[in-house]
Amino acid sequence: MALFTLNINGKKQEVDVDPTTPMLWVLRDHLNLVGTKYGCGIAQCGACTIHLEGTATRACMLPVSAVGNQAITTIEGLSENGDHPVQKAWLEVDVPQCGYCQAGQIMTAAAFLEKNPNPTEEEIEMAMNGNICRCGTYLRIRKAVKMAANS
Amino acid sequence: MTLVKTKIGRRAFIRNTGLAGGGLVLGFNWLASCKMTPEQVSSLPKEWFNLNGFLKVGDNGLVTIMSPNPEIGQNVKTAMPMIIAEELDVAWKDVIVEQAPLNTDIFTRQLAGGSQSIRQGWESLRMAGATARHMLKEAAAKAWEVPAGEITTKEGQLMHEASGKSAGYGEMASAATAIEVPEEVELKDINTFSIIGTDKKNVDGPKIVTGQPLYGLDIQREGMLTAMIVHPPAFGMKYKSMNAESVKSMPGIKDVFHFEVYPETVEKQWSDGGGIPELVAIVGNSTWECMQAKKALQIEWEEVLKLESTAYHDEALAALMDKPTEQPARKDGDVEAAFKKAAKIVESTYSAPYLAHNTMEPMNFFAHVTSEKAELLGPIQTPEFLERTLVSRLGMPAEKIDIMMTRMGGGFGRRLYGAFAVEAAAISQKMNAPIKLVYSREDDMTQGTYRPSYRVKYKAGLDENGNLIAWHVRGAGTNDDLVFEHRFPAGAVDNYLAEKHELATNVTTGAWRAPSSNFIAGAEQAFMDEVAEASGKDPIEFRLELFDRAINNPVGDPKQNDYDPERYAGVLKLVKEKSNWNGTGNGKARGVSAYFCHDSYVAQVLDLEEGSGTPRVGKVWCAVDCGIVINPLSAKNQVEGGIVDGIGHATFSAMTFTDGKPNQSNFDTYRLIRNTEAPKEVETFFVDNGIDPTGLGEPSLPPIVGALANALYKATGRRHYSQPFINDRPPLVG
Repeated sequence: MALFTLNINGKKQEVDVDPTTPMLWVLRDHLNLVGTKYGCGIAQCGACTIHLEGTATRACMLPVSAVGNQAITTIEGLSENGDHPVQKAWLEVDVPQCGYCQAGQIMTAAAFLEKNPNPTEEEIEMAMNGNICRCGTYLRIRKAVKMAANS
Repeated sequence: MTLVKTKIGRRAFIRNTGLAGGGLVLGFNWLASCKMTPEQVSSLPKEWFNLNGFLKVGDNGLVTIMSPNPEIGQNVKTAMPMIIAEELDVAWKDVIVEQAPLNTDIFTRQLAGGSQSIRQGWESLRMAGATARHMLKEAAAKAWEVPAGEITTKEGQLMHEASGKSAGYGEMASAATAIEVPEEVELKDINTFSIIGTDKKNVDGPKIVTGQPLYGLDIQREGMLTAMIVHPPAFGMKYKSMNAESVKSMPGIKDVFHFEVYPETVEKQWSDGGGIPELVAIVGNSTWECMQAKKALQIEWEEVLKLESTAYHDEALAALMDKPTEQPARKDGDVEAAFKKAAKIVESTYSAPYLAHNTMEPMNFFAHVTSEKAELLGPIQTPEFLERTLVSRLGMPAEKIDIMMTRMGGGFGRRLYGAFAVEAAAISQKMNAPIKLVYSREDDMTQGTYRPSYRVKYKAGLDENGNLIAWHVRGAGTNDDLVFEHRFPAGAVDNYLAEKHELATNVTTGAWRAPSSNFIAGAEQAFMDEVAEASGKDPIEFRLELFDRAINNPVGDPKQNDYDPERYAGVLKLVKEKSNWNGTGNGKARGVSAYFCHDSYVAQVLDLEEGSGTPRVGKVWCAVDCGIVINPLSAKNQVEGGIVDGIGHATFSAMTFTDGKPNQSNFDTYRLIRNTEAPKEVETFFVDNGIDPTGLGEPSLPPIVGALANALYKATGRRHYSQPFINDRPPLVG
């Protein structure tokens, strides 16, 4: 066990955990930030996507010991009132079915649009290709990303 | 107006059940703990009045509607309350939706399966709303001393035109609780619906996009421990021994033990299918610590049943293709005689592998079992059956067992089988502590309860004019007999023979979105295209001729047939028109398919686009007849999802086995469809016929596999008989 001070959603948080613990479980089990989802544990599905210094990162394979002072943003901290353009577009398009993967999808989309505010359809598809949606909401995900880009 | 007796589900209309009051049900507090905005808090009523078990009206006119059925992504949590709100005649913006817990005293069929929530709930949900509206009108009539028949309602307002009096529902709610529950109530004329048939967004949308706790895996409780299980590595193996002691001392680990999930004394339900009788449990403070202990644990297993490999399943199913059944499932005319005189014969065999459900949220459940009571909370499609098993497993009466459903991160049939909840309860009972059982993705994917592996052989005979004169289908599945003998083209062919075999296997199987249909629809509709081609006819015209036959001069007793040929032909004609089908595919490789299942009819046309060397699905046109559409927005979402799901699994996915051991255990080896592989566009059209609603969670999936196979044939000139198509060389996609 070791003590870590983390910068999560603009707040300093202290945890005393095994240094190998992935951020996914630090967030979910130790900080009760359960919006970041467990899907595969091997960085294949994207359900656990968070922002590490603004870059979309798989929390399931990111050991807490590797984080240091880097700023972490989770779905809970993406916006103050759930009004990030990507979140608004997700609601407008009614993207979710079961909804489980959508926090990861939204975090991937938000980081992508920061770097590429005017993407082509192909770029959107490629950017979102790392996030699995078992319900098959991919068409609406593309539509919502485009809508957010235009807003 | 239609008068209906309130007899069905009358128990639901007994007032003051306490349900809507919120205090009775465990889990409510957890679900309600999501942060509310200040506006929401300030607009909450001071007092709620229960008018029946489905709804309560606040003194300010807000209405809380309970959604009785489990929500797995099929969006019943929005659609079912819409039906109640429609008959109650309240504005949708004034409705708050809550998930109802299991309560067999109030609700009937709290089950998510068979695409039946809306169809089977239709009448009781309408009645729940209409009964409450009746009671509000009666209360107003008393207060205003006017006949109730003269009172009208609109969007939560009661009005009496002659006297000019009006009041909101909230003002009459208290008095309405004293009104006698009517023996019969009037339902709205469907032409006056103002909520049903309009687009309503997912009621959980705002919570989903902000990451609030909604799912079983999100449950956190004071003093809660995490539990994981270890199941045998191969089907046919059983626990023998382990080195638990060294693992028990690992950081954060509370206990490691072997336990029987289902001792012989337990009365099992069908929903326990696929449950592994004996497991090893690891209980600790956190998920990661349990995962580490799991890795370190060494368990010895012993072989108790044959360890089957995929080669064995394939060979055994193939052998059944040449074996006549003792008793055909259906026989019209004489297929053998017809084949002898046929001008052309077409014969093909199709196959598909096992599939895992792979809900994005792995199996999990919260349980807190004490000597006094049991509290169960989590993702389950069959809470009522779970309760029955728990009564037997825990030795506790049903009154002491509370089951609450969370929103589920996918179901697809997997959570019909609730062994994981029984495991959670057993572990909690042993630990005497609240626990959350968590399956790793690997546990989830290798546990079983799979979509069966299938094989089907078709043989068709055509006369010299290209008319279908004989049809023989012989199908088989692992633990499933696959063939629906009374579905199309039964009733449309003079000589028809349907035979079905079942291969008993040790790899466990279960219902997977559109059971059996998910394979046989694609096979049948691909074969239908082969036969149409041999007949020299357009594939849609060929099918329509068969429907004409079934309409005008059906073979055998038409009541035997599962389907209505007019509605079937209707969706085919609609998709033909919408896709501008002209037989040539407008220069694109194009396939058609139509299928009936879950009481609904779906026809699809699929275009492939030439991409960088490999075909990709471009546009899909989909015509659906599922009767009245409650929520067109989410209905389209369902259809779209089913299409992506069907294309994805037929193209990419497979579970295979070596000596009983699954070869795939996570998404690195089990391929699911991804964004770049999903269709470019899906356009859905619903038949507007005013018929009572039927299923929609499943019916769009089965036929799309046929449409894809038929379009691939047009693109490549090769037929694809074996799923997943990606393995059917040369590679076609990806």
